[in-house]
Amino acid sequence: MTEDRFKHDEDLFCSGHRACPGCGAALTSKLVTEATGPQTILSMPTGCMEVTTTPYPESAWGISWIHNIFENSAAVAGGIETAYKSFSKRGKEGYTDKDDVNFVVLAGDGATFDIGIRSLSGMMERGHDVLYICYDNEAYMNTGIQRSGSTPMGAATTTTPAGKQSLGEDIRKKDMPSIAAAHGLEYVATASVAYPEDFKRKVKKALEIEGPKYIQIFAPCPRGWRHESKNTIKIARLAVETGLYPVFEMENGRITNTMKVKDRKPVEEYLKVQGRFKHLFKKEGGDEIIDYLQEVADVNAEKIGF
Amino acid sequence: MAKMLTGYNAVAEAVKACNPDVIPAYPITPQTDIVERISEMVADGELTSEYVKVDSEFNAASTAIGASAAGARVFTATCSQGLKLMSEPLFSASGMRLPLVLAVANRSLSAPLSIWGDHTDTFAERDGGMIQFYAEDVQEAMDNIAIAYRVAEDNEISLPALSCLDGFILTHVQEGVEPFSEEELSGFLPQRDPIYTLDPSNPKTMGAYARPEHWTETRYTVHKAQLKAKDKIADAVEEFADIFGREYGLEHRGLIETYRAEDADVILVALGSICGTIRYIVDEYRKKGEKIGIVRPRVYRPFPVEELNKVLEDAEAIAVIEKDISLGYQGGLAIDIKSAMYSTGSRIPILNFIAGLAGRDVRKDNIRKMVEQTKEVRGKNPEDVGFENEERWDSLRTEILPGDDEL
Ligand SMILES: Cc1ncc(C[n+]2csc(CCOP(=O)(O)OP(=O)(O)O)c2C)c(N)n1
Ligand SMILES: [Mg+2]
Repeated sequence: MTEDRFKHDEDLFCSGHRACPGCGAALTSKLVTEATGPQTILSMPTGCMEVTTTPYPESAWGISWIHNIFENSAAVAGGIETAYKSFSKRGKEGYTDKDDVNFVVLAGDGATFDIGIRSLSGMMERGHDVLYICYDNEAYMNTGIQRSGSTPMGAATTTTPAGKQSLGEDIRKKDMPSIAAAHGLEYVATASVAYPEDFKRKVKKALEIEGPKYIQIFAPCPRGWRHESKNTIKIARLAVETGLYPVFEMENGRITNTMKVKDRKPVEEYLKVQGRFKHLFKKEGGDEIIDYLQEVADVNAEKIGF
Repeated sequence: MAKMLTGYNAVAEAVKACNPDVIPAYPITPQTDIVERISEMVADGELTSEYVKVDSEFNAASTAIGASAAGARVFTATCSQGLKLMSEPLFSASGMRLPLVLAVANRSLSAPLSIWGDHTDTFAERDGGMIQFYAEDVQEAMDNIAIAYRVAEDNEISLPALSCLDGFILTHVQEGVEPFSEEELSGFLPQRDPIYTLDPSNPKTMGAYARPEHWTETRYTVHKAQLKAKDKIADAVEEFADIFGREYGLEHRGLIETYRAEDADVILVALGSICGTIRYIVDEYRKKGEKIGIVRPRVYRPFPVEELNKVLEDAEAIAVIEKDISLGYQGGLAIDIKSAMYSTGSRIPILNFIAGLAGRDVRKDNIRKMVEQTKEVRGKNPEDVGFENEERWDSLRTEILPGDDEL
């Protein structure tokens, strides 16, 4: 295919994909390729980024990229990495040396926290030399904004709608970075699309480490969170500034670096700019959820120290 | 030199000779002994493959898929519940044209839970684009591994292949076999040389999503590759015979094997190890001057429709004896054979015996009864036999069944 529309120029993640304006996951994808460079094989599960970037015969990817199914991208990446181990050991011709290839997963929160957690856990346990990056938009966006294990308390999604008897999601967000760290990972980090240089630095740092690594990046979804496209970065920043989404690095189970927050803002400032939380300000009992979320932020501040 | 080997040992020896790059492994009875034996080979340095101790069959298949996409030769083994867990990734492996070879130690599917053998596990995967081989004995189970690699990794085919052997009946029986080494195999099985890999030196997008304007054509090419696999199997089996002297249905392109079927009035069709027992019965009847024969598909997908039609067309009655039931209809193999035969205008009556489910013994006497019943319908039209009478459950224990209104 040599048509112009299949050309990639220098971009390893190029425009023309079908993601919405202001998509935090698309921004993440771009930042990932900028940090990894071309010597990379990326495994991606089913989800928004997969369907928006690879409508056959087009592809937004200038790096080697593979999608198989929704819940196995970690094992697929582990398989690729193992193949390269074999190629290098056996001196197979036609393959780049394993040490010169970055093996990366880029997966949504649903693929990571829920349906693919077995695959991720196994990959981490076995010590594959794979960097797993989760873009966290806090719901199953591809299938129309259903809740996932990452959806925060109080958020309205299409399976946790606010209603006469409901204040949205009634389960708290799963703590995935701790689960990753509990596998004995040398490097776990969180990041936010509001701080792209910080994220890229973390990706590069992670790739220097041999073995499994986990990075989770906060990636707002204007469509799913009901906010204006222009507010993606603002909201991502507010999540950090309120303490709801702490940005840190954890090395060998210990927090070694956190993004400091001066004069932490009340969580309302973050919640009120998103339609998914609007019922909390109108309905009886909404204030209790807001109090709970404030407590989450306070505990984060204390535990993680910023 | 001939050696006494169990089925699992023989399969492990074959895998060693094929020398995969990556072997993700997960235990399930009665397959477990295959991956255990392979792990011993790796532990002793006899085999230098990367052995990946995965967390589930789901991730065994997924790891194999990643490795295969990278360009590696891969092997894994499973059956029953494990094959079910692999089903989703395996369907996508065929759509992505990724060659994988799996040994399947056929076993029934829950519920009820049972570790014993039948073909319900692999028949449930029928429509997934995987090539399916069935072995009658240990030697064939071993040889089919090499043949499966050669066909699956052929760039014109590039599909997953299941090399099936009956759980326990073949995996755990010892037979005298002629093993082969990697060296002896080298003329038959070339190194894998994929057209596309994920190597960053030439970036590729694999597993893109297709809209309605491309999906059908993608699956069509998988279907075409399945059909072409018949020619490749024919070539492989012929060359295998030249090199190793063992012949598998050469006159039927390696897709089916027959035993005394040429002039038979009554033909019994069956897959796998049960044909060993049926041979005795055929010889018995032949001694009495009765013309009975066997047709044994070695390959179930692609379905050897031309070969089957040719060997079955002159029979007076056919019995399909199978370890499968498509609940709510009949056995899968019978359904396919009827479709093959009746679409040619044939009116041969075809009885379907459901037998040997979940390891229930199928003894010589059971086979004799099936032959007798089949003899009775000789020359009748299928409509005279009656639809309900076509499907018969061998040795059904009616005494333990609930009453009709409780069923
Ligand atoms: C086994 C399976 N179950 C369900 C689906 C449907 N499905 C596809 S993508 C998706 C949600 C993806 O959510 P996430 O991983 O958070 O990624 P996002 O779409 O938000 O980017 C679901 C439920 C599927 N493809 N496969
Ligand atoms: Mg999501």
